This record gives sequence, C-alpha cells and structure tokens, in this order.
Amino acid sequence: MTRRAYSPLTRRRLANFRANSRGFWSLWIFLVLFLVSLFAEFIANDRPLLVSYDGHFYYPIFHDYTEADLGGDLPIEADYRDAEVAKRIDARGWIVWPPIPFDYRTINFHLPSPAPSPPTAANLLGTDDQGRDVLARLIYGFRISVLFGLVLTVASSVIGVAAGAIQGYYGGLTDLFLQRFLEIWSGLPVLYLLIILSSIVQPDFWWLLGIMLLFSWMSLVDLVRAEFLRARNFDYVRAAKALGVSNPVIIWRHVLPNAMVATLTFLPFILNGSITTLTSLDFLGFGLPPGSPSLGELLAEGKDNLQAPWLGLTAFFVLAIMLSLLIFIGEAVRDAFDPRKING
Amino acid sequence: MSSTLLSTSEVVRVYGRRLSLLGQGGKPVRAVDGVSIGVARGRTLGIVGESGSGKTTLARMMVGLLPPTAGSIEIDGRSVPELALSDRKTLHRMVQMVFQDPVSSLNPRKTVRSILEAPLKALLGMGPEQRNQRIAELLSLVSLRAEFADRYPHEFSGGQAQRIGIARALAAEPELIVLDEPVSSLDVSVQAQVLLLLSDLQRRLNLTYVFISHDLAVVETISDEVAVMHLGKVVERGLRAQIFAKPQHDYTRLLLSSIPAVRRRAQ
Repeated sequence: MTRRAYSPLTRRRLANFRANSRGFWSLWIFLVLFLVSLFAEFIANDRPLLVSYDGHFYYPIFHDYTEADLGGDLPIEADYRDAEVAKRIDARGWIVWPPIPFDYRTINFHLPSPAPSPPTAANLLGTDDQGRDVLARLIYGFRISVLFGLVLTVASSVIGVAAGAIQGYYGGLTDLFLQRFLEIWSGLPVLYLLIILSSIVQPDFWWLLGIMLLFSWMSLVDLVRAEFLRARNFDYVRAAKALGVSNPVIIWRHVLPNAMVATLTFLPFILNGSITTLTSLDFLGFGLPPGSPSLGELLAEGKDNLQAPWLGLTAFFVLAIMLSLLIFIGEAVRDAFDPRKING
Repeated sequence: MSSTLLSTSEVVRVYGRRLSLLGQGGKPVRAVDGVSIGVARGRTLGIVGESGSGKTTLARMMVGLLPPTAGSIEIDGRSVPELALSDRKTLHRMVQMVFQDPVSSLNPRKTVRSILEAPLKALLGMGPEQRNQRIAELLSLVSLRAEFADRYPHEFSGGQAQRIGIARALAAEPELIVLDEPVSSLDVSVQAQVLLLLSDLQRRLNLTYVFISHDLAVVETISDEVAVMHLGKVVERGLRAQIFAKPQHDYTRLLLSSIPAVRRRAQ
C-alpha cells in the first residue's frame, strides 16, 4: 500500500479546524502578520531597498556603502536620510525606499512638533518620546515578541511534557520525588532571580529565554502527569504491554496522543503567557536591553506620556488583537483534536 | 491425553502493603491468596466468582502484567513472572489477553489497522506487505469485513469492538488466551455470537482458553473445567458437569442458586 498524503484522521482534523471559521481566519491573519513582521527589514528601514547611482545598482539593506562610494567625500557609512546624500543620488539616479523609511532606532529629526509627536503622513502612528517611528518599532517589536513566545512555548512544552509523561506513566517513587522537586522549584522567586541576573549580565533575548525556560516548563507537567496517570490504567495500555510494546513506545505512540488534546488546548495559553511575560518584564525595565523594540517598552512609554495617547493605545490594541487571535486559534486546534467531534 | 499448558501454584498477590511516612499504610488486601490451578492444551478453564474475588488479578498475573507477591506461574514449563522481566516477546507470543470493556481496551485514536499492526510489528516483525495480508486474515477470522480496517473504535458496536479485541489477541498467534470477562459488557444475543466465535476459533486454531466470568451460564456454555473463586481462594474446582450437577462447596451452591429464576424454568 502506498501511504496517502493525509491519513483519514488528519483529514478529519483539518476539516474540523476549518469548520471553526473564527479560528481558521485568525490563523491566517496571524500568519500573515507574523510573515510580514519576519520581513521587517524590507518594510521599515532607514536604508533604501535599491539605489541606482551613476548606472550602478546598490543594495544598502544587504551591504554597507560609504558616502565615497556614492559620490561623496567622506569614507564613512552613507546616511541615506541625509538631505545632501539624497540630493547627490537624485542628481545621477534614483532611490527606492521601503514603505516605512524608518528603522526601529531611527530618530526622525524633522518632526513638526516636539517628540512624542502625533500621527502624521510621515509617521503613521506618531513617534515615541525619543522621536522614533512607532509603527516601525511596532513591527520589530511584534516580531521579537512572537519569536520569543514561540521558542519559549515549544521548549517549555517539550520539557514539560517529557517530565509529566515520565512522572505519570511510571508513578510510584519516581512520581513522588519529581513532584516534591517541582514543589520546591516552583517556590523559587522568578522575578527576583531576573532582577539579580540583570544586575550581573545585560539580559539579551537568549538570557531571558533561558531563565524563563527554567521555570515555565512546569506549567504543563501537572496536566500531562494527570493525563498519564489516568491513561496508564486504560485497558488499551495494558493490551499494548501484553502485545510486547516497549514502555517508551507506549508512552510515545499510545498514551501521548491521547494526552495531546489537553496539552494542545493549553499551548495557545502558554504562548499568550510567554508573550505577556516578556511584555511585562519589558514594561518594568527588566527585559530586553534598552533601545530594543518591544511592546512592553511601548506600553511603558505610553504610561509615561499620557498626553500622547497614540503610544498607549497602539500598544494596547496590538497586544489585545494578537492575544485574541492566538486564543481563537487555540480553540480551533482544540476542536480539531477532539475525537468525538465528527464535523462542525 | 493432553499436557498442561499453564499452571499456577500457591500464587499470592497482596495489594496495599507499602511504607508510608505517617505510620502504616492501609491494611494489606490479599486479592489472590494461594491459588493453584492448571489448564490443559486445547481446553478451556472457566473461572467464576463474584466481584472482588480476585479473578482479574489472577488473569493479569497469568499474562505477566502483574508480578505475583508469592508462588509460581508456569507456561509450558517456563516461569511467567521471569519471562515478563527478561523476555516479554517470547511470553506474549505464548499468552495473550482479551479485556472486559471492548471500548476502553481499544485506543480511540488508532484505526483498527494500526491496532492490529502493533503486535505484528512488535512481536512478529512483519513487513508492510505481510501485515496487510495478515490483517485481512484476522478480520475474516473474527467475521468482520476487511474495509473495517480503516475505521476508528468508536464507530463499532460493543460486539464488533470485542471481535477486534479478539483479533488483536490472535494476531500474536498465542497458544493461550486469557479472556477477562469478555462478554459481560455485551447484551445477551451478542454474547452468544461472541461465545460461538470463541469456541469456533478454539477448534480451528487449537487454542487454550482461561475464561473468567461472574456469569455462571456463560461459563457453563464454554468451559471444560471450572474453578470457583471466593475471596482470593479457589473453593472448588472440577469438570464442568461435576460442578454444575453436584456442587460440593457452600459458596458454589449459593452461586448456583443465585442464577435468575427465568433461566431455571427455561432448562
């Protein structure tokens, strides 16, 4: 028999997923937003996409050019936003800019009003209190939040499911000792550890991820353990044992798929939680290094500049929409994995 | 005439004896308390008893799913508990089990095909071609249509699901099948079909059965020999006719007299 592309089970799951149209469209919207944000450098950048000068093409996003390369005098990196540079290029060629001609670090020195300046044609969502474009920072911040959330969720789920599976399946003393360890471990104060850590090292993306991972893996353990404790007494697990299937295979092939529904139902919440955690750490100033684009930092600026409501509102709506989309996707995933749900 | 395939001698299983931080745990329960029985090749041993008499515990020990606390269980001259630790494959190619609840004994997320494939892969190491052929054979052995192979357990009735359970046990080509209340969750007409199927299979494949039930009528239909269990002990054992015609033990008499009156009138 040749294996078909999708088994009937997979097909039914896909159909169930599609049947939940809110979740289905949420997934597409989220994927589009995420994909767009992955190409942030091509959408919001203070370097042009393409420069034609003197019959030659230049690709400033991929390559650094000096002003000397572009007909100037100085052997320093070209600042394409500089009026002199632009004028020189315009005289002997042309420039293609990204839709948003600002990077997340770019300071707009030509603001019509003091920073934070309200939305204008140049800065669609206004600027923050350092004159940086909010939309550009938003795109980069969204990307870093989602990436952080995804990596943290995947890593902590893998560890959590493995630990829960071992605990629940073997039970007895293994369960007893791991459970006591979990109780002690979950008693450690995460926030203090982060504060102490940030006074020793400058926490970057990976440092934060590592220290969050040390504690976030526990969220799934109880759930998976309970599922395994229940499932290990099922007759089909006994039957599998009687059929000579080894313990790791039983855990992987027979019990885990049944524990997966509960796990998957939790995943979007964990992803949400991870993103919220990063945002709140950034908000408090214990998160990503200063200057990094992040939703938490935008929220903090919104709080500090109540006279500039576009800051807080932007951060709020982006967070609210992103988290809601993830929840809707989670609901559809849960429906898809429900074995009793035939269709609709 | 026929040699003994499976025998137990003074088997004991105690539950609930464990160390606890706060004094003693609960009082230990002797679920199976010194049982010595045997079954000859190609025959059926019926084990009857009320709920809690230790039948299922005994069954699980016979297939090596539970280690006995004391005593020995031997199949074909080899120790079951030892095989269960050292060589499960050999053990499970000799003895298989059919469970009481046909629905919970089938993984709801697997098709019939992958349920039946597991023993073919794990125990017999068959390739995909052979497996497909064998699955079709197994389904026809238990009188199910071949196209059922790609369905899920919840799409079947109790009787059909139990046939799949039986096919799964047959897949390993065992000599002995321990049937733990295989028909008690089915309604009466389906019970009869499954019992007929079982005795038909026994004749065709020369199987040996240990048939566990609380239903005397069912045991009477299928068994050659009967053992009556009460509170973890075998209180009486003998040939079927003997037990049903001239029960020796008080408990057996009690059991027999508790068969509903409708049946007695029908006889």
